[in-house]
Amino acid sequence: MTTAGLLFMLISVGAVTTLFVWCLWKVLAGTKPPEHLAHIEPIETADLDKR
Amino acid sequence: MAVAGSAVGLGNFLRFPGLVAHPETGGGAFLIAYFVSLLVVGLPICWVEWTLGRFGGTQGYNSSPGIFHAIIRKPWGKYIGLLGFIIPVGVYFYYVVIESWCLGYAWSSFTGALDLGKDPAAYSAHFAAFTGLKADGAVLGGGPFLFFVGVFILNFVIIYRGLSKGIEFICNWGMPLLIAIALVLLVRVMTLGTPDPAQPELSVWNGLGYMWNPRDIARGLANPAVWLKAASQIFFTLSVGFGVIITYASYLKKKDDVVLSGLTATAANEFCEVGLGGLITVPAAFAFLGASAVAGGTFALGFNVLPQVFAGMPYGHLFGGLFFTLLFIAAITSSLSMLQPGIAFLEEGLGLDRRGSVALLGLITAVGCTLVVWFSAGLKALSTVDFWIGDIGIFLQGTLLIYIFNLSFGTERGWQEAHHGADLRIPRFFKPIIRWVSPAFLTTIFALFVLKNVAGWNLSFADARFTPTEPILDLIGGPGHPASGVARLTALGLLVFAGFSALLIRRAGQRWDAR
Repeated sequence: MTTAGLLFMLISVGAVTTLFVWCLWKVLAGTKPPEHLAHIEPIETADLDKR
Repeated sequence: MAVAGSAVGLGNFLRFPGLVAHPETGGGAFLIAYFVSLLVVGLPICWVEWTLGRFGGTQGYNSSPGIFHAIIRKPWGKYIGLLGFIIPVGVYFYYVVIESWCLGYAWSSFTGALDLGKDPAAYSAHFAAFTGLKADGAVLGGGPFLFFVGVFILNFVIIYRGLSKGIEFICNWGMPLLIAIALVLLVRVMTLGTPDPAQPELSVWNGLGYMWNPRDIARGLANPAVWLKAASQIFFTLSVGFGVIITYASYLKKKDDVVLSGLTATAANEFCEVGLGGLITVPAAFAFLGASAVAGGTFALGFNVLPQVFAGMPYGHLFGGLFFTLLFIAAITSSLSMLQPGIAFLEEGLGLDRRGSVALLGLITAVGCTLVVWFSAGLKALSTVDFWIGDIGIFLQGTLLIYIFNLSFGTERGWQEAHHGADLRIPRFFKPIIRWVSPAFLTTIFALFVLKNVAGWNLSFADARFTPTEPILDLIGGPGHPASGVARLTALGLLVFAGFSALLIRRAGQRWDAR
């Protein structure tokens, strides 16, 4: 692998890894409660009325 | 997590590495075009889809037809959402079949049945037998068919359990497991060194170089094919324009952060694709088999080359089993996401309960999957659905999304909507990108895609030639290429499915108008 190839690899992999870790940190460190899906499971017909 | 699970799929570990390593359109130019496409198409459309989805949810709609009905507020609006129903369901027709191959290969690897020695032909023959490549109906009744039936049922059992107990549960466990397996495989591949000391040029280091060395960047960036492949990969890998994100986002509350959620799902996908997928498959294949082994396409790399690679390393059955388990997890988190838009539409459009919607969608997908499984010779039915639904349909839906966001919803209103409840601000330079650059870029790429893959343009301005491509020749026939009855039947089936879906949407519209 050439030096340029190594640079391309390190920058590409480093950038996406940093972004992913930063996003995880932002999500986990957020002040708001964790995200929940506002969905009621309509297993039974009667449940549909609750939606 | 569910959106990340949807986005991370087979393409992350098989298609992306092959594209980067491609001798003519790969290398540094591809990576530059890839990251530019991520910035001007991937992220903007991702945020657009999250924003429109959450808005639709606040209006009481969870399906694409319903959400577009709420946004456009015209009788034809709901039909724009047609693609958001037929694309994920149509892709499921063949995706679940490939998913069952992954599970079957994982089983064969763990049990040692996939250790077929050093003859590449043995692996090709195994793949042909497993997928019924040689004759229609060849897999019915055999082991591969049982894997297909099992995976098909498993998907519907999970989807029946609902969003939280089904999809979220699987993604919350599956995604960390997928990353853990990928890290184990990454360590294994990076420590392979030079597997055959007699061939010192075949090493992991040179495999990494084969994949990541930049080559002639200026020449590559001037090649439209590079941009087309890069933008297509970004588009497909992020699941934008699929009808999935818009449905998932519709279940969020009005103050949930769609900016950070969209960015996190994108980042998770990119980490799996560039950071893991980009370092595992191609370097391993190169180190054992050389450059020629890498150039065979997605299926060849995954199901012919890599089993041979694993067979050549110590504890190969274990690492091979882990690799195909990883592919299976990536596939099932994606296939589940393809069913949810259909379930959402059938529930809210036709008023079906969960049991009814699962039964009806199960019937529709069973018919579609049967078509793909039965007409397995040359994978003709699979490739036909993939081309018209998985390629053309997704491009069309993504293009429509960005135009509707700007023209019907309004860029400024959409910008404000996106930031409701957001801790994170989208950098301001993305506003003109969403307003002007993304539509122009996407329209250009879509036009290029159609010109190349439908009209058969050779992408040359100096010596332009148009030669009908295989999907077109399959339908209309040509010199030396008779029309394919299977392709025609499959295309007809897709048209019937689209027409039936349009009727369902019309019926749903009547219900919504009566609200």
